[in-house]
Amino acid sequence: MQATDHHPHIRRAETGKLMTGAEMLLECLAREGVECFFGYPGGVTIPFYDALYSHHIRHVLVRHEENAVFAAEGWARATGKVGVCCATSGPGATNLLTGLVDALMDSIPLVAITGQVHSKLIGSDAFQEADTFGITRPATKHNFMVKSIAELPQIVHEAFFLAASGRPGPVLVDIPKDVFQARGHYTPVDTIHLPGYKLFTEGHAGQIRRAAQLVLEAERPMVYAGGGIILGNASAELTEFCELADSPAVCTLMALGALSVNHPSYISMPGMHGSYAANMAMSECDLLIALGTRFDDRVTGSLPTFARHARVIHVDIDPAEVGKNRNPDIPIVGDVKRVLSKMMKVMHELKAEIAPEAAAKKTEVRQKWWKQVRSWKEERPYDRARSATEIRPQHLMDTIDKLSGGQAIVCSDVGQHQMWAAQLIGFNEPRLWINSGGLGAMGFGVPSAMGAQMARPDKLVFAIAGDGGFQMSIPELATIVSQSLPIKIIVMNNGYLGMVRQWQTLFYNNRLSSVVLEGFPDAEKLASAYGFAGRTVEKPEELEDALRTAINYPGPYLLNVKVTPDENVYPMVPAGGAIFDMVFAPETPAVVSA
Amino acid sequence: MLQTISILLENKPGALLRVTGVLSARGYNIETLTVAKTLDPELSRMTITVDVEDRLRTQVVKQMNKLVNVLQASDLTDSPAVIREMVLVRVRCPQDSRTSVLKEAEIFHSRIVDSSVEGFAIEATGDPEKLDEFIEVMRTYGEIEVSRSGSVGMSLETRKLRLQPPVQAAVPSGPGAVSSSTIPSGAAPSGSAPVPVI
Ligand SMILES: Cc1ncc(C[n+]2csc(CCOP(=O)(O)OP(=O)(O)O)c2C)c(N)n1
Ligand SMILES: [Mg+2]
Repeated sequence: MQATDHHPHIRRAETGKLMTGAEMLLECLAREGVECFFGYPGGVTIPFYDALYSHHIRHVLVRHEENAVFAAEGWARATGKVGVCCATSGPGATNLLTGLVDALMDSIPLVAITGQVHSKLIGSDAFQEADTFGITRPATKHNFMVKSIAELPQIVHEAFFLAASGRPGPVLVDIPKDVFQARGHYTPVDTIHLPGYKLFTEGHAGQIRRAAQLVLEAERPMVYAGGGIILGNASAELTEFCELADSPAVCTLMALGALSVNHPSYISMPGMHGSYAANMAMSECDLLIALGTRFDDRVTGSLPTFARHARVIHVDIDPAEVGKNRNPDIPIVGDVKRVLSKMMKVMHELKAEIAPEAAAKKTEVRQKWWKQVRSWKEERPYDRARSATEIRPQHLMDTIDKLSGGQAIVCSDVGQHQMWAAQLIGFNEPRLWINSGGLGAMGFGVPSAMGAQMARPDKLVFAIAGDGGFQMSIPELATIVSQSLPIKIIVMNNGYLGMVRQWQTLFYNNRLSSVVLEGFPDAEKLASAYGFAGRTVEKPEELEDALRTAINYPGPYLLNVKVTPDENVYPMVPAGGAIFDMVFAPETPAVVSA
Repeated sequence: MLQTISILLENKPGALLRVTGVLSARGYNIETLTVAKTLDPELSRMTITVDVEDRLRTQVVKQMNKLVNVLQASDLTDSPAVIREMVLVRVRCPQDSRTSVLKEAEIFHSRIVDSSVEGFAIEATGDPEKLDEFIEVMRTYGEIEVSRSGSVGMSLETRKLRLQPPVQAAVPSGPGAVSSSTIPSGAAPSGSAPVPVI
């Protein structure tokens, strides 16, 4: 390949050049702007890795294929670009499965390349053969099996287009060994034609106008912003919209940072572990403006009681999400960025027509609503209290919040720590909070931080994990060291599979079945075994300094923070309950009326 | 209630499984399924009947329409459509009832496709419910064996087929160049004229 390291983008292979399938794949990846991908080689992908040996695209060797997908997701979530990962046939491909479903659930643009056994052996139960195409069909937005080198470039570019456009998602390309080895004349692909792939972008003008009207008329509007805002790069539009609409807003677990934590419209996260104010405001609003979100059960609680006084405007790029869980009064299928811009234009027009007296009256009514929302906020803020004897989990997250100042990338694993982090760490921008939302896959935090740190070497990156999830990721400490990634791994160590323990405590008579995590390794020794620094901290007065040391350390750092073992995450909406029926920490019993 | 869905799909590997996957992932049992090529050999027309809760019917069709290989999925249940099925019935009947069987066959506009001393093989087409009756009647004459095709449906309305126009593939990435992976989701070129889906 003619490309040089310094100018990898300048010259691409010319039309008609004879090359192998492996080289062709790399050429296509380069054309898609891929700088780096994550993978693990094996028998059938050796021809591909051989071509990679002398290619400028960077490959990161992970220690388990599942982490290749999570790392690619971290890359994609931090940048908005398509993340890429690669695995061999059989066990390599099956190891990708959790990550593929994770990307599917959170709509993350991803291309997975898998090797397949030689075409002639397919269907013969050959060594390391698995029906990857069949197994991954329900785990991807779309998948392909390449039958010949002639169709390889077209399929690869289609895969990238599908992954990134519309509602993003993972796309898998399965490539038999002989296709990697075959030689063919390379012709660049100039068009992609997928007639059945329906993209909805603009939104219906009439509906947008009606929506704008409703927003202006509403007495108690509420913006419910979801991950679609981040995926659709619509953060600026969301911010402007909240201001123009003079409306409070919540950002779901997938949308933290879509509206800055410091913005006056921002309340917090809603849902099962959302704040009192967010859930009350969702319950009492008269207009719910749902933007790029899917009315997930963890947000809505019981559907019939959800936002029961509200009319609903629902904007989403995926027609199947609109009306799936809640029938909106105004459905709008389109790209949220475009729809918001158009809606704001109409709102400006309509506002100009409103008589001054009417406008003054509206302002008055809205002020009452704002006052109510603010009083909910003040009434029951999140618990950030500290203890003199133990490090409370809330103390840990609050300190990370303080030190990060809304600027750091925080990649979280799944469990109690994730919920406390989501509640207490603020974000000024999108793409800083990275977590496994829809699937809730433990083992996500550390590898996704690798991808995020590779993509954003300029950023302070935290991987926050529980003592359970961290132990699913220990093999990747070697990857972190070998790639010199200065990730700050913070283990919130409560000695339990805390989230499961919380449910057992609250709903199963505290019968703690298989949730005690004994035998956690010595953090300092573990880190030093891998060649970097680490320590355990358990005294509250040492926490902040320990975190500062980790942050200032020039390289990866493992900080094992021993926290109060039996804290529960509150508020909590019991599964299937109404979100205004929140359970609070026992010390502060409260009557919640709705 | 049974729902009849008509699907126009690309004749691509796995396409059939993707469609049925929408149903199996939601735990629905497919009652009947027929599929064959259309005039365009690259496309197939499929008819599925499935028992779906009323509340979820539009959802199922929307999920099918999302599939990359599906050009159009439409619900024929409550719209003007013809739905037909074919059945082959083999009936063993005693000599003395042969004439009655032939008469019944005629009433149902069916055709005798095989005749032997043991009985007949009969081919009938029609409304699936009519065929149920036909089978019931034939049973009264003796032991029968039945093979049904499943419903084949066709909408009587002209439905606009909304197809995605071609887009430009990744351009050679020079400094500042964009690749398809960075094409904003709204970048479908003009001509796509999105039809409101509401
Ligand atoms: C792969 C996987 N297995 C099991 C679960 C179920 N689960 C959810 S949270 C949790 C406990 C996590 O424990 P830990 O990592 O220590 O975090 P903590 O809740 O204590 O903060 C478990 C087992 C899961 N989400 N993912
Ligand atoms: Mg734990």
